[in-house]
Formats: sequence, structure tokens, C-alpha cells
Amino acid sequence: MTYVLGKLLHIVIVAGAALPGLAAVLVWAERRVSAFIQDRLGPNRVGPAGLLQPIADLLKFIFKEDVIPGHVNKTLYVLAPAMSLVPALVAFCVVPYARGMAIADVNVGILLVFAISSIAVYGVSIGGWAGNSKYSLLGGVRASAQMISYELALGASCVPVFLVVGELNMEAIVAWQKANGWLVFYLFPAWIIFLVSSYAETNRLPFDLPEAETELVAGYHTEYSSMKFALFFLAEYIHMITASALSVTLFFGGYELPWVTLPGGAWGTVLSGLVFFGKISFFLFLFIWVRWTLPRFRYDQLMNLGWKILFPASLVVVLATAGWIAMVTP
Amino acid sequence: MDRDGDAVKTRVVKRPQMSLGERIYFATIVKGLLLTIRHFFGVFGDLFHWKTKTTAITMQYPEERWDFKDNFRGAPALVMDQFGREKCVACQMCEFVCPPKAITIWPAEFATTDNNVEKYPDRFEIDMLRCIYCGFCEEACPEEAIFLVKEAELVHTEKKDFIHDKKKLYQMGGIREDRILKWQHK
Repeated sequence: MTYVLGKLLHIVIVAGAALPGLAAVLVWAERRVSAFIQDRLGPNRVGPAGLLQPIADLLKFIFKEDVIPGHVNKTLYVLAPAMSLVPALVAFCVVPYARGMAIADVNVGILLVFAISSIAVYGVSIGGWAGNSKYSLLGGVRASAQMISYELALGASCVPVFLVVGELNMEAIVAWQKANGWLVFYLFPAWIIFLVSSYAETNRLPFDLPEAETELVAGYHTEYSSMKFALFFLAEYIHMITASALSVTLFFGGYELPWVTLPGGAWGTVLSGLVFFGKISFFLFLFIWVRWTLPRFRYDQLMNLGWKILFPASLVVVLATAGWIAMVTP
Repeated sequence: MDRDGDAVKTRVVKRPQMSLGERIYFATIVKGLLLTIRHFFGVFGDLFHWKTKTTAITMQYPEERWDFKDNFRGAPALVMDQFGREKCVACQMCEFVCPPKAITIWPAEFATTDNNVEKYPDRFEIDMLRCIYCGFCEEACPEEAIFLVKEAELVHTEKKDFIHDKKKLYQMGGIREDRILKWQHK
């Protein structure tokens, strides 16, 4: 009973407060970093350095009229934002964000992330379908094709990690990296493929074809307003957090530092959490940085990159890693 | 061949081919990232005043204002001379020249005419909802009493506040050094 209550509390804290909170800060960071990159100042009025801006945005979303257009499929229309947000929150559960602090420390680890994040495509494509307009439908179709295409490369780029470590459990992967050094130094090509695919999976620029505003108005969430739109928005940012967390855990040593051994006990947990936060902050910044640097891909270029380059390349990396392990293992 | 069957001279234009490095993209992506991060730290430095020249082009509006040129045509205002006397003699030239009829003057006469001036405006009103900032009043004024000042942001919550009365006009215009000084000598 205490175990169940403790887990529930853990889930509420992470999924109800920490992730949305971090996503809110991320929205602020996105706006300020984009402003800085474009030689502007960005929102700096609400609160210190504009930090309360996301709260103002949220209030605006809440007080906006929640329009359900007459031409939509109502059931699916209401369901889609939730179907987009819930997988985003669930996928984070296996990530060990501090020492021993994964919500679900399961042995299938990363496979669960892939399984859950595949479901996220339903939220987006159903949202596009339910909107019953050409723009949102095209956005939804693009999203499903893109996410399915890049899932292969994403999954295949993680296989070398499992080959090297020999486990799927995330804590085990972190422990291996603590003992042997960050996996990115062993598997740099795999990390590059992982990074590019994760940008495509989270629908971030340069792969934000599902919401390509220049051609599709706003893509799959064209017909959405108020908090329903905010849920899609939140889901995108939580996907970013999960993708960064995976990148850190699989390739950059997770919550541990190289050379320095963190103390045990409660302090160790807190410190390791801070280390993890610092590491994902860099990757979140990279997400934003890349977004405001690169232009959007054309759709055929996106498919070419996914199927003709990244997928074969990831297979080559898998084979090469397997061959390398076969050579060095007596 | 063209329509008559003659051979057409053609020139093959060589299209530049992307090199392998360009086709891999990563070098150019890194170049782009370095460019944007330079701008990022440029504005980041502005916040802590690292540099003498700011990178950010944003003007922090209510605190920072535009530096208008002297010939800027803002709101019309009345001015006083250096002795604090009103220069307007209520000739009503501006009122007559005003294209949108924004100016209304109620002239009054001085009891004594010792000081060369016979009239003064009892009330002087400019309806800023009608004013088109043309500057004809400034041009027409024979006494150099009305000028377009640099005040450009007129914000009120009540319609009647847009009618500038004499007090408001003198407050906006202030004192202007005068060469004529009609009050002392003709």
C-alpha cells in the first residue's frame, strides 16, 4: 500500500508538476533564445527576466473561449489533445532522472519508451483527422508518415547501445557508462542518427513538417484553440524533454559525472538529479538553437533523409558495432 | 534545331555540383549554429553590459523614446516668451487656416493698450481628434506663438481629454526665446 501510494505521489510530482513546469520554463527559454538569436530581447516584462511569461500565457489559454467548430468530429476532436499529451508524459516514466529515481525501473526500459512514443502519433494524426479541414488533415498525415519513418532509424540507432551494454535497463546503461566512459565516444555515428531522428520524432525544426506554418496554417492543430491547443503545445515540449533525457541517459552518462563520484544517500540523489538537469538543459538548448538556425526540410527531402540515409546508416552502425564486439570478445 | 531545320548553336551551362562535404550538410549546419550562437551571446552580453555597443536592436519603449528631429510635426502647442508672457494675440489666423477646423479661439480685449498688444485669447482650444498635424497653424502665425512640438503620443481614456485647452497648450509649448518682444517696443 505504501509502495503504491509512494509511486502515485511520485507520478503526480513528475507528471503533474515537474514536467509541465519544465515545459513552461522551456517555452520561456524558446522565446528568449529565439529573440537573442534574432538580435531582439524577447519577453522580459512579466516577472524577473520575463520568467513569469509562461504563466501569463497559460492564463490567456485558460481564459480563451474553448471553441469546438461545428464541422469537427467531436469525440475525436476532444480526445486527440489528451491522446497527444498522455503518451508524452508516460514515456518519461522509465527515465532515471536521478540516482534510483525512475518512476518505473523496468528491465525493458527503452523499449517501453519506443512503444509509448509510437502511440503519440495517434494523438497527432487523430487531431489532424478530427479537425476536418484540409490543413489539419495534411498535417496529421505528414505527422504519421514522418514519425513512423523516423522511428525505425531512432530504434535502430539505439541498438548499438544495447549491444555494447548488454542490457535494456536504463540504470544499467548509466552504470556501464560510469564504469567505461560515455557511450557517445564509442558510438558517435549512432548518436548523430539518434539526435537527428529524435528531432524528427518530436516534430521540431528542421523537421516540423506536421505543423509547417508557411504551407499548412498550423498543421494538425489548426482547428484547435484555448487549452486544447495548449495541450498539444505541452506535449511537444514534453517530447523534447524526453528525447533530451534519452540522449543524456543513453549516450552522455545519465545522472552520473565522469571522474567525479557523487556521494551516496539523499545528497547523492539530489546532486545526481542536478547533474541530469544540467545535461538535459544543454540538449534542450540545442533543440531551440537548431530550431532558430535551420530552415525547414521539404517533404521529399525529409523522406529521402529518413529512408535512404538515416535508416541504412543506422543498420550499418548496428552491424559494425556487432562486428566490433564479436572481434574484441574472446 | 529551330523551326526552319537549321542547327541551333547551344552553350552548355555548367551547373555547380555540391561537393561531398556540402551534401553531408554537417559542416554547414555547424557553421550556421556558430553564426546563431554568436548573435545569442551578443544579446546575452547586452544584458550584462559587456560591450559598449549593443547587439539587440529592440527599443524598450516606455522607458526609451524616439529622438525626434527638431522639425518633427507633433501636437501643436502655444509658447510664451522669455518673460512668461503669452505671445498669442488672438488674431485667429491659425483658426482660419486650419484645414480640419480643429482650432477654436475666443478672443478677448485688454482693458488698456499701453503695451502694444490689444487682444489675447480668452479660451484657446485644439481638438486633437480633428488635428491632422499639417503645421499650417505654425506657418500662418504672425507672432510665432504656436508651434508643433515633439509630443506624438496622445493617449486618453475620455474623448473630452483630447480637446487641449489653453493651460494644456502652454504646458506643452513652454517658453521660447523671442526676438520680437512686441510688449516692450513696436
